[in-house]
Amino acid sequence: MALNWYRFSSPATFYPLAGRLVPLFGWGAAVLAAVGLWLGFVVAPTDFQQGEVYRIIFIHVPSAWMSMFLYVVMAFWGALLLGFNTRLSGMMAQAIAPTGALMTFIALWSGALWGRPTWGTYWAWDARMTSELILLFLYFGIIALRQAIGDPRRADRACAVLALVGVVNIPIIYFSVKWWNTLHQGASVKLTGSSMETTMLAGMLVMSFAFWFYAIAVVLARVRTIVLERERGAAWVAELPEARSA
Amino acid sequence: MKPRHRRLAWIAAGLAVLGVAVALVLNAFQSNLVFFFSPTDVAEQKAPQGRTFRIGGLVEEKSVRRDGIVVHFNVTDTAKTIPVSYQGILPDLFKEGKGVVAQGKLGPDGVFVASEVLAKHDENYMPPEAAAAVSKAHIEAAEKNAAKTLVR
Repeated sequence: MALNWYRFSSPATFYPLAGRLVPLFGWGAAVLAAVGLWLGFVVAPTDFQQGEVYRIIFIHVPSAWMSMFLYVVMAFWGALLLGFNTRLSGMMAQAIAPTGALMTFIALWSGALWGRPTWGTYWAWDARMTSELILLFLYFGIIALRQAIGDPRRADRACAVLALVGVVNIPIIYFSVKWWNTLHQGASVKLTGSSMETTMLAGMLVMSFAFWFYAIAVVLARVRTIVLERERGAAWVAELPEARSA
Repeated sequence: MKPRHRRLAWIAAGLAVLGVAVALVLNAFQSNLVFFFSPTDVAEQKAPQGRTFRIGGLVEEKSVRRDGIVVHFNVTDTAKTIPVSYQGILPDLFKEGKGVVAQGKLGPDGVFVASEVLAKHDENYMPPEAAAAVSKAHIEAAEKNAAKTLVR
């Protein structure tokens, strides 16, 4: 079956579709978060060396994963914009940036609160932490660049280029603990398996899906407002029931 | 080739070039990106001389000794060992046989005088019972090994 992807690259078609998906993913995120927190804080056992403090992992790792994944998705939309010149791609990239920055901030903040009782410090300039901080600045830079350019189409292109350049930082963050010796420990979850007890791992994965669903819901809700803002002069916007009743 | 395919090809080529450039830069800065030096690095004179740096490794078993408010212990990477002295508060996870990163200076007597000691934990998460079972298996294996050597 040949699905016509171009059909959904039209804001007029995408706007109602996104509207239907937002509550779906929003409620999904709420249910997953409830299950994940229950697994993490009630079912999962105490850790043998860190005691209860390791439970920050249920917030720290999902947010860190999402901070990197959202950046890759944002850069992907940037590449599509530059390649296909689809204006919805630019709106998607614009909508992802604040949520990505939020996830990066949560990862850094929760990491600091975790580092103090375990390592003995809130912060260290090791490769993992420094590259994650650079990721936060990349998100800030992209948001600031958009604010600095008045014309949304030009802003889209500039942000897409910056996002694509910054993508080199993602493998650096991910592999930093492998390439260099760092204070941060290595990955617990790899393609070859994990070094975590099963219920701990389950709690972390469910929380990751909760963060993922939250990010999708929030980004789609935000992209809808961006569509309305940018297409406010279009005929299809004027015909929306919410526009007519206002 | 359609124009949009050409644009995508240029983006891919640009990213590839950028990737190579960053890989070269990181490779050049390799020695500045390490957070700590191992005792073997220090023995091979790879660590900076006469200035502050960090050493990392395991706290050697049965090496922690308290002398008033000064703590003495050995950092080892199983090949080489460096004695460390430190005056201050140790992190909760500081333990013999566990990972540690110490910042300070190497004295002329070969003792590393630390100004900060951080604990480095590993990526294993399990309940205490499982950890006890694992270490019990380790000890049994070690005893079996030792017995084998004795018999031989």
